[in-house]
Amino acid sequence: MTSDTTQLSALGDATRRRVFELIAERPRNVAEITPLVSVSQSAVSQHLKVLRNARLVRAVPRGASNVYHIDPHGLGQMRAWLDAYWEKTLAAYKAAVEKPGDTS
Amino acid sequence: MNSQIAAATIRKSVVVEASIERAFDVFTREFGNFKPPDHNLLAVPIAETVFEPRVGGCIYDRGIDGSECRWARVLAYDPPRMVRLSWDINTQWQVETDLERTSEWEVRFIAEAPDRTRVEIEHRHLDRHGQGWQAKRDAIDGENGWPIYLTRFAGLFGSN
Repeated sequence: MTSDTTQLSALGDATRRRVFELIAERPRNVAEITPLVSVSQSAVSQHLKVLRNARLVRAVPRGASNVYHIDPHGLGQMRAWLDAYWEKTLAAYKAAVEKPGDTS
Repeated sequence: MNSQIAAATIRKSVVVEASIERAFDVFTREFGNFKPPDHNLLAVPIAETVFEPRVGGCIYDRGIDGSECRWARVLAYDPPRMVRLSWDINTQWQVETDLERTSEWEVRFIAEAPDRTRVEIEHRHLDRHGQGWQAKRDAIDGENGWPIYLTRFAGLFGSN
């Protein structure tokens, strides 16, 4: 599996994507992420491991735990942005095309 | 809506309650009205977004000060079934002038019923944007050097 494919499949999981989004908002540690997702802390750790291996996030040691940041390298962020962009564009498009009182 | 991501390609689809002709028309003529506002490479707010409906045309944003940004080229135009465009925005959130390093997105319209249309978007060859990115690694390292895609990523979700 190439690293590109790893990055993509890493974001294919809904929970993992949520974890990625939370880290994209601001750097967080495992304890901060866990209450915000509906899985256990050990499951979050597993997701973080996958995201790390895919080089989407990186761990910065702080005290006894790691703080996770978005990895600034690679194409992962662009892909994640585009994925969200098209999702949002299509939702807005659906609203526009189905706008009542404006049919042709 | 489908959120699956496959290698180097993003695929999305939506079913709309409209004829295929209307679905195509709204997508191409009103694109600037529904595309997320986060998408702006200009230094000023966008006054309008123009989608030129022909092969060789462009999608361009015009800023309130008259500045323009052409960020997509129309590669195929086949109403009401399909339109294919380039994506000329690089990982540094700048217009990519090296056409070898641009990806493309295709929008397909499939009539499921007289008043129901499936719209599929396939954004492919994303890997082309990555050619040479390793050479830029040092340049974009550090918190301040994060690609602007990333800061915009949170904004895209934040306004949901």
